[in-house]
Amino acid sequence: MNLYGQEVASRLLIGTALYPSPAVMEQALQASGAEIVTVSLRRESAGGRAGDAFWRIIQSLGVKILPNTAGCRTVKEAVTTAELARELFGTPWIKLEVIGDDETLQPDVVALVEAAGILLRDGFEVFPYTTEDLTVAQRLVDAGCRVVMPWAAPIGSGQGVTNKAALRTLRARLPDVTLIVDAGIGAPSHAAEAMELGYDGVLLNTAIAKADDPVGMARAFALALEAGRAGFEAGLMPPRDFATPSTPVVGTPFWHAAG
Amino acid sequence: MSEPVSVVGAGIAGTWTALLLAESGRRVTVYERQDEAMTGATSHWAGGMLAPDCEGDGAEPVVIRLGHRSVQLWRSHLPETPLNGSLVVSHPRDRADLERLARQTAGHERIGAARIGEIEPALAGRFREALFYPGEGHVEPRRALPALHAKLRSLGGEIRFGADVRPEALDGTVVDCRGLGAREAQPELRGVKGETVLVETAEIALSRPVRLMHPRWPIYVIPRANNRFLIGASTIETEDAAGVTLRSALELMTAAYTVHPAFGEARIVELGTALRPAYPDHSPRIAVAGRQITVNGLYRHGFLIAPALGELVANYIAEGTRDNEVMRWS
Repeated sequence: MNLYGQEVASRLLIGTALYPSPAVMEQALQASGAEIVTVSLRRESAGGRAGDAFWRIIQSLGVKILPNTAGCRTVKEAVTTAELARELFGTPWIKLEVIGDDETLQPDVVALVEAAGILLRDGFEVFPYTTEDLTVAQRLVDAGCRVVMPWAAPIGSGQGVTNKAALRTLRARLPDVTLIVDAGIGAPSHAAEAMELGYDGVLLNTAIAKADDPVGMARAFALALEAGRAGFEAGLMPPRDFATPSTPVVGTPFWHAAG
Repeated sequence: MSEPVSVVGAGIAGTWTALLLAESGRRVTVYERQDEAMTGATSHWAGGMLAPDCEGDGAEPVVIRLGHRSVQLWRSHLPETPLNGSLVVSHPRDRADLERLARQTAGHERIGAARIGEIEPALAGRFREALFYPGEGHVEPRRALPALHAKLRSLGGEIRFGADVRPEALDGTVVDCRGLGAREAQPELRGVKGETVLVETAEIALSRPVRLMHPRWPIYVIPRANNRFLIGASTIETEDAAGVTLRSALELMTAAYTVHPAFGEARIVELGTALRPAYPDHSPRIAVAGRQITVNGLYRHGFLIAPALGELVANYIAEGTRDNEVMRWS
């Protein structure tokens, strides 16, 4: 998977919130094989100073850090948080979230496009968290985004891919953009489904962090992503309306014409 | 005559350790850098929940084990400790979280609206279902700590307030219970911020702590004496404990309001913050290095597990008994 010129082997990106302890987070990360973790500057850490112990733990994990702007509601807030993140973590990467609705945590896509433009012009490499809307995704790409992250379902809902047709359209219309499904993934099968649609990666947090056994669930997701991607690359059979016997059935009249 | 023992820190860990050492016949001196009010101690700001089962989501099994033992010790040493159980409810929208808690914890009963109204009349008609954890309890830290100090003194123990002493400067057997005060000596230890709101209202009475499901934190509304209620606590990865954020205050107060709208009229008495001492695995640790013993990493569970940890230290000093899950040697 290519992220602004950097090749990453694992297609799984995981969040750092909600784990029972940093030790469990570290074990889950290892079990997942993920090479990128996303960290929130605001929601989990109220400002997050560089000297804080939690940040040192994150930085000691030996993985790439994708800071995010979770909890931001305006362009200005998101841009300020992104600048703080760049200073703190020394990375141009930023997962850009601008929340538009408190009930669904749906992204404010208008503010998102504006904030993405500002940050890209300022040298950031922006990973925008957006809806499945094609036009919005196209605007983000026009602004210079080389990665787009549509949701599967609202954050933390665990509903899985709720609008498969739209995600398929996005993939078809943006073949050269790195597409990562971000948010709403609840089960390994959801992640596999996203990968089968040809998505480049999956980002999730709650489904692993709040599982009964986060380490076991991290491994389950790693396997699901691998299976889904391998299935996509091997070419999925198109669904059909009627049964087709995989071995010839003697006595069946002219093809499926029976009845 | 057995040799005297020094304990550094008169918070909940040091106090229980000293008390149980004194009970075993040791002469104990406790050194505490703060004055007797101890307003700068993490223990002063604690919720005082004794809920080993209800905390089973997210807490390590060792915490649950020590918690169960500790509830027995609270009961035997402070018989007035209320053990009316804990009640867990959820906003209808967070029902999935209540189901997850039911799955991830033991020791609860699933109860319906009628039973909720019976055991907690103020909540009659407010929730369709709840999880009830009988046998759990709570203490009021600002009463329990002085009560334990008095008990320690009655057994001949001495507490020196305003004594900023480094454990390594003391002779003989020393138990270091300084919490985050030991941070410089223990690089693995970190502070995790917790925030609370203390409110007062005579419009509602609860006879047990009520936990409301929240996507990130276990939030309890804990009844206190004199019509007061402690709402808390948040859990935030920062070591800057200066002040409660507006967001946290809103989340905590909304939780109380969801438990009962009467809290809307409650008077805010105090906003509290403290840093809990935590190791990366969020499990407590007793580290033995010759005659220097440290007890630390009690995290969110100080009042819940301090008695059992104190007992392990006292048994180790008296008889050399080892608990390999909690104790480390160097």
